[in-house]
Amino acid sequence: MPVQNIDREDSIIPRKAGAAPGEIPEKGLITLPGEADREVEGLGSATYLTTKLDAVVNWARGNSLWPLPFGTACCAIEFMSMVSSHYDIARFGAETVRFSPRQADLLIVAGTIVDKIAPVLKKIYDQMPEPKYVIAMGACATSGGFYRAYHVVQGIDEIIPVDIWVPGCPPTPDGLMYAILKLREKVQRGEMRRQ
Amino acid sequence: MSTLTKFSAIPYTGPAPTNRQPYVPADAAVMDARGAEIASKVPGLTLESGQDLPTFLVERDQIVNVLRALHDHPELRFTLPLDLFGADYPDRAKRFDVVYQLYSLKNNERVRLKVHVAENESVPTSTGVYQGYDWYEREVFDMFGIKFEGHPNLRRILTHDSFQGHPLRKDYDAAQRWLLTDAGIAKLQPKIAPQFVEEEEQSDFERVTLNLGPSHPAMHGTLRVVVTLDGETIVGAEQEIGYLHRCFEKMCETHTYQQVIPFTDRLNYCSAVINNVGYCMAVEKMLGLSAPDRAQYVRLILSEFYRIADHIVCIGTNLVDLGALTNFWYLFQPREEIIALAESCSGARLLPSYLRIGGLAVDVPSDFLANSQKIVNMLPKFIDEVEALVMKNRIFRERTEGVGVLSQEDAINFGFTGPCLRATGVPFDVRKASPYLGYETYDWDVPIAEGGDTYARFLVRFEEMRQSLRILQQAINRGLPPGPVMVDNPYVALPPKEKVYNEMESLIYHFKLIMHGIQPPVGETYFPVEGGNGEVGFYVVSDGTKNPYRIRARPPCFPIFEAYAKMIIGQTIPDAIAALGSLNIIAGELDH
Repeated sequence: MPVQNIDREDSIIPRKAGAAPGEIPEKGLITLPGEADREVEGLGSATYLTTKLDAVVNWARGNSLWPLPFGTACCAIEFMSMVSSHYDIARFGAETVRFSPRQADLLIVAGTIVDKIAPVLKKIYDQMPEPKYVIAMGACATSGGFYRAYHVVQGIDEIIPVDIWVPGCPPTPDGLMYAILKLREKVQRGEMRRQ
Repeated sequence: MSTLTKFSAIPYTGPAPTNRQPYVPADAAVMDARGAEIASKVPGLTLESGQDLPTFLVERDQIVNVLRALHDHPELRFTLPLDLFGADYPDRAKRFDVVYQLYSLKNNERVRLKVHVAENESVPTSTGVYQGYDWYEREVFDMFGIKFEGHPNLRRILTHDSFQGHPLRKDYDAAQRWLLTDAGIAKLQPKIAPQFVEEEEQSDFERVTLNLGPSHPAMHGTLRVVVTLDGETIVGAEQEIGYLHRCFEKMCETHTYQQVIPFTDRLNYCSAVINNVGYCMAVEKMLGLSAPDRAQYVRLILSEFYRIADHIVCIGTNLVDLGALTNFWYLFQPREEIIALAESCSGARLLPSYLRIGGLAVDVPSDFLANSQKIVNMLPKFIDEVEALVMKNRIFRERTEGVGVLSQEDAINFGFTGPCLRATGVPFDVRKASPYLGYETYDWDVPIAEGGDTYARFLVRFEEMRQSLRILQQAINRGLPPGPVMVDNPYVALPPKEKVYNEMESLIYHFKLIMHGIQPPVGETYFPVEGGNGEVGFYVVSDGTKNPYRIRARPPCFPIFEAYAKMIIGQTIPDAIAALGSLNIIAGELDH
């Protein structure tokens, strides 16, 4: 049976044309940071590059983040959109979703964290091996959102450190994707969170 | 483009809402007559007249007898327990109301019972009549501190064990938190099911207790089940919920009527628009107005699209739990198109908050119908393909047939609604039982299946998507009705900005509405709609001020997850995982 696809003319999702490497991306388009102007210069006829081991490790680490989605609420559905067909986070190497904290290095807290689940989140974070990074996805994880209430944690930085905060209620998949790309930049710069 | 069309040129001459007038439902006389009829059949009922449902006051010590009589009476047969909740009126001598809402599948009618309870009094438990009321009573205990005599397991359900006080009491500060540490995580020891109690001696295995969740891929992040295993067989199970209790009902009381709409989106976040519809129509019912035709039409179209999206998420994730990842990728393609349609209307993707009390926030874009048609055209091939991939697949059938079975009697007794009830062969759908938005004018069927197992629930969901497509195609053929999308009532709808800047009256209306909000008449009402996984109903109490006095959302998942332990007893862990996904438990709704 042929696999069903949605033809471009049938789709109602507004799309912008992407930029090929070397082209200048359309303004406002979220593409890879620095993708358009990245060029390998000065290689000449050489077949190898010299670099520092740290830089290679960080480059590899940034390109293969393994997320653990701590999804509790609406944001988890948008996270699902991000990993699934249309947005496809596999393009940026972060599609290996792991539900075991021992196999993950990126904790994406997607959804409201309430007092009852807060110790669980803390425990999951503690179980992740170093280096580990945390994205607080959405208004609730960032600040409790519009739930200024008796059972809601007012931002997960009450419990665990956070690297990237993503605004939105819920954030769009491209917003979360942008956060992952920003995190990748941070990882590749070799920045570590102070413990 | 001018937005002046929204308001007519003639000044508003309708009645101004006089604050703190009692609310008289349109059909109060009919309901009173029916109430008197019911009261003559069942002793112990005192009719409270002038309500939107037959409403009775019942004495505290009579309630179990009354419930049993309503359940067993051959002409009434109120077999389906819809809801049980509390309300707090601190000025009264008996400050609490415990409200029971029942539904009769036989007569297609609803009834509301109220018990007045003072602070130190308790109510006899009704779990002997309706097993589904077990968790509801725990919730009332947790939220209001009302004790239920004889309840088998009366402990907190939504908040955690270190919590002090009862948050939905009016004297509880909405922001007062109590912290939970690692040590306070509830230790659960599931009770062994009666049929396995005696077998322990003969078993070859030592019984093991296993914790699943809340952070477990198959538990959807917020559910927790503790099971006792004998070898591979589950012999005891207990669920724990409340890991996403974000205080919806308390938040409603601290916001104005329009501000509640975004909170309703986040109940069942997979089908947000349907919740909006339920809430807005409940308040509109109190205000005695109905949204313009164009708004009703758009509400219907978006409701049906979101119902399909809800089923897509349910089927997709359930199949992922079963190891069939491909279908998830297939189904999420058309779902993105549905989400894009909502985005083109409101600007927000998943939770559009597009409705307002009285209509819609803004008009739909000009290509709304053309885009809807495109989606309706593309959906069937995806549904067909996924159905072909799984429904005749032998591995899939063996994993789902006869798994997670609940009998029809049990499903009704627990208070199931929606696809899970229809999978046991009961054709109850709110869109047919008490139509709204003009569902009665469309030609469609209520799909049912026999067996009440995971496979039957799949069958119902697949067929429901097709029926939704049928409704959508008919709606698109009728075309978008002309006219405004918001009622022409300055006490409900904000005047357009141009008028606010140029007219004194509009400026005043605008100011009044922003500062004082919508003020429905004093009273209470209930409005049910058919959500993605059952009856979503909003019970609204107004005291005539700008903030709702009490809002109760009936969560369809709540009784369904309550029955989960019963479904998985005697089966294995993989079966339990397969069954859970097919129930479509949405934590936002389950935990409020």
